[in-house]
Order: sequence, then structure tokens, then C-alpha cells
Amino acid sequence: MTDALLAITMLWIFVMIYAVAAAIDFGAGFWAMFYMKRKRNRATTMVNRFLSPSWEVTNVFVVLIVVALFSFFPGATFTLGTVLLIPGSLVLLLLLVRSAFLVFAHSVQKYKALLTVTSGVTGLLIPAILVLVLPIAQGGLIEVVEGLERLDFRALLTSTRTYAFSFLAVVSSLYLSALFLSDYANEAGEKEAYRIFRRNALFLGPVLVLAALSIVGAVRREAEWFYANLEANGILLILSLLFFVIGYGALFLPHTKESSLLGRPRLAVISTAVQFLLASATYGMAHLPYLVYPVVTLESGFTHPNTFRALFLSFIIGFLILTPGFVYFWKMFLKDTGYLKQE
Amino acid sequence: MDEILLTRALFGTTMAFHIIFATMGVALPLMILSAEILYQKTKDKDYAVMAKRWIKGFAILLAVAIPSGTIAGVQLSLLWPGYMKIIGEVVPLPFQIEIFAFFIEALFLSIYVYAADRLSPLMRIVSVSLVAFGAAASAVLITNAHAFQNTPVGFRIVEGQIVDVDPWAAFFNPNFIVAASHVLVTAYMTGAFMLASVAAFKMLKASPGSSHFVYYRKALMLGLIIGGLFSIFSAVTGHESAIHLHHYNPEKLAAAEGLFETRSHAPLKIGGWTDPETQEVKYAIEIPGLLSFLAGYSFDEVVRGLNDFPKEYWPPLFVRVLFNGMVGIGMLLIVLSIIGFIWRHILKRDVFPKWMMSCFVVSGPLAMLAIELGWIFACIGRQPWAIYRVLSTADAATTAGHIAPLFVLFTGLYVVLGIITVLVLYFYFKRHPLAEEIPV
Ligand code: HDD
Ligand code: HEM
Ligand code: HEM
Repeated sequence: MTDALLAITMLWIFVMIYAVAAAIDFGAGFWAMFYMKRKRNRATTMVNRFLSPSWEVTNVFVVLIVVALFSFFPGATFTLGTVLLIPGSLVLLLLLVRSAFLVFAHSVQKYKALLTVTSGVTGLLIPAILVLVLPIAQGGLIEVVEGLERLDFRALLTSTRTYAFSFLAVVSSLYLSALFLSDYANEAGEKEAYRIFRRNALFLGPVLVLAALSIVGAVRREAEWFYANLEANGILLILSLLFFVIGYGALFLPHTKESSLLGRPRLAVISTAVQFLLASATYGMAHLPYLVYPVVTLESGFTHPNTFRALFLSFIIGFLILTPGFVYFWKMFLKDTGYLKQE
Repeated sequence: MDEILLTRALFGTTMAFHIIFATMGVALPLMILSAEILYQKTKDKDYAVMAKRWIKGFAILLAVAIPSGTIAGVQLSLLWPGYMKIIGEVVPLPFQIEIFAFFIEALFLSIYVYAADRLSPLMRIVSVSLVAFGAAASAVLITNAHAFQNTPVGFRIVEGQIVDVDPWAAFFNPNFIVAASHVLVTAYMTGAFMLASVAAFKMLKASPGSSHFVYYRKALMLGLIIGGLFSIFSAVTGHESAIHLHHYNPEKLAAAEGLFETRSHAPLKIGGWTDPETQEVKYAIEIPGLLSFLAGYSFDEVVRGLNDFPKEYWPPLFVRVLFNGMVGIGMLLIVLSIIGFIWRHILKRDVFPKWMMSCFVVSGPLAMLAIELGWIFACIGRQPWAIYRVLSTADAATTAGHIAPLFVLFTGLYVVLGIITVLVLYFYFKRHPLAEEIPV
């Protein structure tokens, strides 16, 4: 494995972790809004109990990815920074509003509804815009004017890929978060909330398949090089589909504890997460050797070897030091039945 | 306005906004930790209440600190791609290590805030210490990147290519320790004075001698003592920063002091306005020889003047005002906290005179102003360079265009969000008055 390949692998692992964690986070914000009005519904309580401690940790991943990108691949910074100025800025604005209002909603009873709706809606817009990095990096949407690279807004707005990717991002946020929250509710023994989120997941599963197919169709027409690479990794895609089926199917298995309920939410979450990881890994591999097609490749963007070595070392040491912290956090909020079941 | 100026304005505005919340994010954990420790030592319940109420305010402020910092971090790549290309190749380490500091802070903050009732007293202190550590580390590390801009080392540029990169040498650049220590102590100073301000304001409304009055006086004294201590450190580290400029960025010091001719026995000029035509500082109080003495501990020290440098390398001369404002505020607050301390602890008075209370009320905002002035001085005083003598600001900037609408959007949002944050704090503490915890 070359250093550059090692670097892109690490970067892509961060992206995948963020994709799953953020999808759950953004989707959960939407559900908090969706079920806000219904009194005596435990769904909102469940969502808030999960969201309150977790959004900050998820947010650090945004920074982690940006930092990993410009430090591993400074050669890609100029192009990406320039063409992503507008979509990137929009995401930042929305992120600021969403995070602030998410917290404010707990502090101000009077305007709780307004704050929750704003953070819910902005939370869905963020993945829809953020995901546009992918079609932009696939090529065809960057124009060169007087030697300067610029995002071609006309092409962006008229490309089917734009809409297919945004659609997929939103649907996967909702699907993943519904699955995750059903498991979370199940763990807390909240039957009512469990039923609600299982039902949402049942509805969204097929929509997700539709979204994924629409991407394949759009890419086939607009980014042939990428489609060809995807085809070469067909096995992985089929494997990913298989895990999706297992995950979706798990919702119909008999419940382990309650005969009145259906589904094995833990199995569903895990195999769907595996499906996401497989699909993203396939996507990442198909993208090589380009970072931004056709202008920046892995090698042309790569950092100085000395810098890479220092970065790699400090990543390893950093994560070793941090692991106990993550474990403690997990124990406190995701496993501790005292926290999950509190009134 | 041209695009580059707009880009600078946009980034500067983001930073000016973020720094307010970031400073509180660095300082409040230390204050909360102090209150927690005082509570464990004295068993005085007032301090437990203090920690509890401060952590609430802290959680609200962090809801803006974190996303605005995220904006700052991402905007660096979006607005200054030329700059980040060099940073990415030579000094990505501070940014990367900072991530770990963020993780520590985010993890343990959530634990401290949302799992407080399940933590033992020891774990509470450990958690809040880790939050304080994470915040301090993030301030120190981001300042490292800024220090690199002042004293770039650890690489060479040969025919436009970056070669001989030594990322650790770049990390431990000459400006690092000086800048980081000044940033950290000024943040602590400012957070302490901000809390003292709030306490003083509330004291004015409570009837003297009541339980609330006593509670707020304890908060005020805690703020004044910590703030006073750190304002002395601020002056010391600030003085170190100035000596550092004398050695590494002499044109910045010359602009700050309004010194045009290189000379020994250079005078220190306080206040006034630099006139580039006559090359004089108007309306300033002049102390002969003091600048030379401060820069090198000898009146014979030669301090370089602006005329030694080509005019296109001069920073804008108005930075002198920013510098004087920062130093002036620092001196003022040292005096103020000493007076307050003597009044309460040496003269043992229970009530402060009205004028002193008004000074306490403005101390926090003044300290925050000094932070803003200091940063704007540091960044504008570096002009025309983004990285001193390596990369000009013009070459660092984005070529994407469309900056004007973004500037309006972001600035508008900061204003609105700033107002909303104040309202949220107001509504929250109105709904949860002190009387809930401590009967009047
Ligand atoms: C409460 C805030 C505060 C206070 C009271 C002071 N400073 Fe300061 N100063 C800062 C807040 C600050 C800062 C915002 O933190 C800066 C901006 C960049 C930096 O490294 O620290 C800074 C920068 C800064 C610099 C520029 C460093 C550079 O450009 O590389 C100098 C020379 C000083 N300070 C000197 C002083 C002196 C002599 C003070 C005497 C009391 C002083 N400061 C008080
Ligand atoms: C936190 C408080 C800060 C404030 C208020 C601030 C303010 C500013 C302002 C006003 C400018 C525009 C300068 C001009 O137009 O002349 C600027 C530029 C800049 N600052 Fe800072 N800054 C801060 C911290 C930092 C830090 C910590 C870094 C390093 C990571 C940094 C990096 C830059 C860069 C790269 C530029 C653009 C290039 C340049 O104009 O020199 N700033 N900042
Ligand atoms: C001296 C000036 C600065 C200080 C003292 C400071 C301090 C802080 C603090 C205390 C936080 C909250 C950390 C957390 O809870 O996670 C924060 C957040 C952040 N800051 Fe700043 N900061 C400064 C300047 C900057 C600059 C110039 C940048 C951009 C390069 C930046 C980037 C960030 C980012 C990305 C975050 C969000 C971290 C997260 O997602 O949790 N900061 N900063």
C-alpha cells in the first residue's frame, strides 16, 4: 500500500463514520420536529435524549474530515476550496442555525416549537447540500474560466445526479435514524416509540432502494468513467444489497422479548450499517485514482512524505488516548439503562 | 470593494464572532472548576449553585462556539485555499491535534452536563477538568497555526515548490510559546471578568446583606481575583509578545509604536494618532527611552523604524490604535481588580461604592474588546502577508468570486444569532431564577 493510498483509506474511513453518525443525527433532528406536536408521545423524548449529548461529538467529525483532507491532500485544497465555496458556505450557515437552535430549544420553553422546526428543517437541508461534493468530484460540473476553476452552477442545477444524490442523502438520513431510534427505544423499553420508528423504517426502506437506483441511473448517463469502475466492483455492491435485505428483513422477525412486537432492531441497525459501509467503500474505490475528476489525482494531491508520517503517528497516538473516552461516553448514553429509561 | 478585501472582511468577521464564544468556552470551564473545588473544600452550597448555573450558561454559549468554530475552520479552506495549501503541506499538525482536543472537550462536556447526577464528586471534577483541558488545548493549538503565520519555519520554497519539510520544526516555531501563553491567559482573564460583570450587575439589584447579595458578591470576588491574577499574567505575556515582535516582525512593532526612524533610546508613545505625512504621532504622551528599554532592557537597544522597510511592506498605520486600546484596557483592569481586592479583603468592607460597581459591570465587555483589538491588531498588523515574507494575502485568497453576497449572509446571520443567544440566556435565567436554588 502506498502512503497516498493509506491516507485516502483513512480519510474515507472518517467519511464513512461521519456519514452514518451524521445521517442518524440529522434524521433524529427531523423526527424530533415531526413528533413534536403529539402530546404523550414518547418518541420525542427518546430522540432528545439521544440528540442532546451526541450532536457535538458528531460535529467534530466535520472538522476532522476537512482537516484530514487538506493535510493529507493539500494539492486538492485549491480546487475543492474554490469550487465548494458556495455549497460549502450554505452548509456552514445551516449548520450554525441547526446546532444553535437544537440546544436553544431545550433552554427556552416559550419558543420551543419554532426552534425545533427550524433545526429539523435545516437538518434535512444539510445532508442534501453536503452530498453534492460527490457529484462535483465526479466531474462534469467544474468549468475553467480564464485559467481559474469554478463551479458550473447551470450544470449543477440541471444535472440529474444533483437531485439523485440529494434525494439519497435525505432518505438515508431518515431511514438510518428511524432504524437507530427504534433500537434505542427498544433498549429503553419504550414500546410505543419503538412501534412508531419501526413503522417509519418499514416505509422508508423501499424508498431508499429507489433512491439508490436513481443514482446508478444518473451516474451511468453522466459520469461514465465512474460507472465503469462501479461495475468492476459489482460483487461488493451485491453484497451490500444483501446486507440491506437482511437489515430490512430483520424488522419482520419475531421480537426476542415481547410477543406483541415484531422485529429485531439491533440486527437491523447493524446489518444496515454494514450495508452503508460496504456501499461507501465501493464508492470510494470506484473513485480512484481521482480525487477530483479529472484534475486532481491521489498522487498529484498528496502531501509531503514527512508531513504524512508525522500526521499518521499523531493520529494513531490520538485515537489510542481517546478510545477510553469514547467507550465511557458510549456506556453513559447508549448503554446505561438508567439514562435510557429515566422519566 | 475588491474581492480580496471582501474575503478578508468575511473571514475577519467570522473570527471576530467566533472568538467571543471561544474565549468563553476556554475560560468558563476554569471558573466552573474553581467553583467546584471551592465547594468541595468549603462545603459552602453557594459555590455548588454557582457551578451549576455557570455550566448552563456555558452549554448555551457552546452551542454557538462549536458551529461558529466549524465555520472558521472550513472557511479557512474555502476562502484561503492558497494559504491552506501551504499549511496542509507544512503545519497541519496543530489542526490535527486540535481535533483530539475537540473530542475530549465534546465527550466530557456531554458527560458532565447530561450525566451529572450519575457522577461521583471525583468524576465530576475529573470531567470538568478534562473539558477545561480540551478547551485550553484547542486555543493553544489554533494559536500555533497563527504563530506559524508570524514566524514560518520548517520548510524551504525552491522554484515555487515546497521542499525540506519538517512538520515538527514548523509546529515548534519561535512564536508558538509566546503567542499561545498570551492567548490562553487573556482568555482566562476575560472569562473571569465577564462573570464578575454579571455578578456586579445582579448585586446592584439585590438588597445589601440579603442571601442573594452575598451569593453574587462571592461570584464577583471569584471573578475579580482570578481575573486580576490573569490580567497581570496578560501584561507579562503581552510584553513578551512585544519583545518577540522586536526580534521577528519589527515592522509590526514599528507600526504599533508609530516609530519611523531606527534608533536607540527610542521613546514610548502612549495614545495619539500616527500621521504618515509628518511621520509623527500626534497628541501622544512621550516617555523618553522607554521603548528601547522595554524591547531590550537597555536604553541603548536599537529599535527599527518603518523607514527601514519598503513602503509596500508597511502594515496599515491605524493598527497603533488597536494596540493601544488592548494595552490600555489591560492596565486598567489590573488596577481595577487590585482596588476591588483591597476594598473587600484588606479594608473588609461589605459593600462597594457605586462607581466601583459600575466599573465592575463594564470590566467583562472591556476585556472582550481587548481580545478583539488584539486579534485584529495581530492579523492586520501582519499585512500585506498571510504568511510573513512567504505568502501574500492576495495569493492566499480564493478566486471563486461571489464573496459579497456571502459576506452579507454570514454577517447578517452572526448579528441575528448574537441577539438570539442573548435572548436565550435571558429567558433561561428568567425562568430559572436564583431564588429557585437559594431562598431570598
Ligand atoms: C484581554 C485581552 C488582552 C489584554 C488585556 C492584552 N492582550 Fe495582547 N493580545 C491579546 C489579548 C490581550 C490577544 C487577542 O490574545 C492577542 C491577539 C493575537 C495573539 O497572539 O494574542 C494579543 C496580541 C498581542 C500582541 C501581538 C502579537 C503578534 O502580533 O504576534 C502584542 C505585542 C500584545 N498582545 C501585547 C500586549 C501587552 C503589552 C499588553 C499589556 C497589558 C496586552 N497585550 C494586553
Ligand atoms: C480569533 C480571533 C481572530 C480575529 C478576530 C481575527 C481577525 C482577522 C481579521 C480582521 C483578518 C483580516 C485582516 C485584514 O483584512 O487585514 C484576519 C485575517 C486572517 N487571519 Fe485572523 N483573526 C483571528 C484569529 C486567527 C487565527 C487563530 C488564525 C490562524 C489559524 C487566523 C488566520 C488568519 C488568516 C489566514 C487571515 C487571512 C490572511 C490575512 O489577512 O493575513 N486568524 N483575521
Ligand atoms: C484564539 C482563537 C481561538 C480560540 C481561543 C478558539 C477556541 C475554541 C473553543 C474553546 C471551541 C469549542 C471547542 C469544542 O467544544 O469542541 C472552538 C471551536 C472550534 N474552533 Fe475555535 N478557537 C479560536 C480560533 C479558531 C480558528 C482561527 C479556527 C479556524 C481555523 C477555529 C476552529 C474551530 C473549530 C473548527 C471549532 C469547532 C470544533 C467542534 O466541532 O467541536 N477556532 N474554538
